[in-house]
Amino acid sequence: MAKNVLLVGVGGQGTILASKLLSTGLLEAGFEVKMSEIHGMSQRGGSVSSQVRYGETVYSPVIELGSADILVSFELMEALRWLEYLKRDGQVIVNNYIIKPMPVIMGTAEYPDDIPEQLCTIAQTTFVDAAAIAAELGNPRVMNIVLLGTIVKAMGLTEIKWEEIIAKNVKVDFVDINIKAIKAGMEAI
Amino acid sequence: MRILMTGDEAIARGAYEAGVVFASAYPGTPSTEILENLARYAEVYSEWAPNEKVALESAIGASVAGGRAMASMKHVGLNVAADPLFTFAYTGVNGGAVIVTADEPGQYSSQNEQDNRNYAKAARIPMLEPADSQECLDMTKLAFEISEQFDTPVLIRLTTRVCHSKSPVTLGAREEIAIKPYEKQSGKYVCVPAVAKKLRVKMEARTEKLTAYSEKSAYNHTENNDSPIGVITSGVCYHYAKEVFGDGASHLKLGMTWPLPDNLIGDFCDGLEKIYIIEENDPYIEEAVRRLGFRPYGKGVFPAYGEMTPEVIRKAMFGETLPTLTYDRDKVISRPPTLCAGCPHRGFFYELAKRANIMVSGDIGCYTLAMAPPFNALDTTVCMGASISMGHGAQKVFDMTEQGTRVISVLGDSTFFHTGINSLLNVAYNQSNTVNVILDNRITGMTGHQENPGSGYTVKGERAPMIKIEDIARAFGFRNIRVVDPNDLGLVRKTLDELLALNEPSILITRWPCALKKFSVEDKKDYPQAYCGKYAVDAQVCIGCKLCMKAGCPALSFLSDKSKAIISRDQCLGCGVCAQICPRTAIKKEDR
Repeated sequence: MAKNVLLVGVGGQGTILASKLLSTGLLEAGFEVKMSEIHGMSQRGGSVSSQVRYGETVYSPVIELGSADILVSFELMEALRWLEYLKRDGQVIVNNYIIKPMPVIMGTAEYPDDIPEQLCTIAQTTFVDAAAIAAELGNPRVMNIVLLGTIVKAMGLTEIKWEEIIAKNVKVDFVDINIKAIKAGMEAI
Repeated sequence: MRILMTGDEAIARGAYEAGVVFASAYPGTPSTEILENLARYAEVYSEWAPNEKVALESAIGASVAGGRAMASMKHVGLNVAADPLFTFAYTGVNGGAVIVTADEPGQYSSQNEQDNRNYAKAARIPMLEPADSQECLDMTKLAFEISEQFDTPVLIRLTTRVCHSKSPVTLGAREEIAIKPYEKQSGKYVCVPAVAKKLRVKMEARTEKLTAYSEKSAYNHTENNDSPIGVITSGVCYHYAKEVFGDGASHLKLGMTWPLPDNLIGDFCDGLEKIYIIEENDPYIEEAVRRLGFRPYGKGVFPAYGEMTPEVIRKAMFGETLPTLTYDRDKVISRPPTLCAGCPHRGFFYELAKRANIMVSGDIGCYTLAMAPPFNALDTTVCMGASISMGHGAQKVFDMTEQGTRVISVLGDSTFFHTGINSLLNVAYNQSNTVNVILDNRITGMTGHQENPGSGYTVKGERAPMIKIEDIARAFGFRNIRVVDPNDLGLVRKTLDELLALNEPSILITRWPCALKKFSVEDKKDYPQAYCGKYAVDAQVCIGCKLCMKAGCPALSFLSDKSKAIISRDQCLGCGVCAQICPRTAIKKEDR
């Protein structure tokens, strides 16, 4: 059976780079891999997902409802939006980070204040302060790679040579901080 | 070595390996990355065309001249390019020619959902439908061979999930194909009726040969699993079907879907108890199977629209999806896409939204997002370039009534160059009293920053002439042309007042580079003050009136508990629109 990793967030949060590194690492480790993402209009602050499937054989590039082994949400409420894609015994990793959607900004809707409690009662959930970790490392933008580190740990993929994968796929100036970020992510859960 | 590629990247790689020398496209999700990737190969001459018709016609010329050529576009782009397509099918090729169409079942970033397989059938040109990235690469190479072998353009039909999914591919080397000698052949390339009638007859013979080819194509293959159930698919639907049915059904995977291999389909269907046809958009294969006398289960069982993802198939087949967690989804607030912080369209739409008795004729681009709150600014959006021409027609009819409604047509720079330019010519010629607004952010924004005739650069990053919209308008004879900074609300307001007071057509160009754009040398020179500094709310002065929320800026939000507005320092790009809206000057530029 293929394993299913669902990365969700808000356009601009870097889910695509995180899933690209993840799938590249998985391919080099010998798995069949497929990854799917949607570009275009949703990138302008909309809800986005990147889907990574790996195993011996992978057919569909998209994850079926109720079949994700792990849901990694880069934003708090997005976890709730995509939760129905999780297997009933799947696990959730949530970034403690809020991006207010336009209806909340406009004051026509309230951002729900009980998402952590809701998530905990429904699914096996781990919270991560990826933004704080990234800021501490010196660049808030590597939040996505911190979260990639949590996936690597949770899915038991720590043996893959992530440092090499990052070195080959990230701009030279950002290699060191991304390596620190993925390690910090692995230690964060 | 195997590497991961999206379908778009693999199409580009396939074209490169096939020795393509000329490629043209207009950006459009989900096809944009095909040309972007092809442009990275130094051996391939690549260019952004102003629109898809121009892209295809340029590719036709390149083919006639003897080079292998490709044009790629999104599904609606092929509507624009349909005119040359149908006659190119008559003339055939010299160098191999391939057209790539990227359809959007599910409409993630499109104004409609149309099935461009119908174009292959209507134009009578062979069509291939890859299911994953390796097939994208291999079928692109094959498409050039078919094109030259049968003297025909070939259509490759992709869908969003094929374009934007990554799967492993094995790369090959580029085959350098010599440019074929050019010969003047008016009996082949000059489609006057006398010639075209002969070509039409010739086409029938070609179709017969292509049908025989399709019957034998390795890309039309059956997987016999000794089941009374058979599933017929093409493209990514094959993988979706395998996910749900696995080896519990026999499969017929069609990779060449025009001409369809009737005999192969008949042989597959014979003796099956149940035939399921899973396809996105139209019942294209289903109708062919019915024509052969079978009674398959297709659109009656599966939805008529949207993607046929595994959960959709499972629900249709078995009545329910896989078990999911149950929870209260009502709390999840919608997250519609919005204009970015700093977007130069914001100031203009803020001012436009305040006007009454106007019809705003909209167009395709980031600015279409102004149809949503807080602006609610658009009345119509149909297709590329339609804002100006629809606005023209609307104004003519409003003028026949007493209500005095004025039309403001709004489109972006790239959309203007695409087909808005033709529409503007009509306004100049037939003189509607419209205000024609071109939001010039000096790049093609929505599709991810592709160069256009106004950018001053080519797809390869080389310098190009920078075509100025005001020069075009002047050449068309417009007398009222204004260029304004859209972040200056007072100036936008005053200019709109002036232009609406006129009794003749006018042009308003709002010019400011896109907030996400990588600034060119010219942008840096022309806009040294753009996106410098940040604004902050002085909580002592803020009266909590929420007027600034009408800017609809993702960097701004309202703290209900404190009854104060707040600006996210990380997101603010310093456009200053909110500061101009604030009635108490509570929003100020930070001291540097």
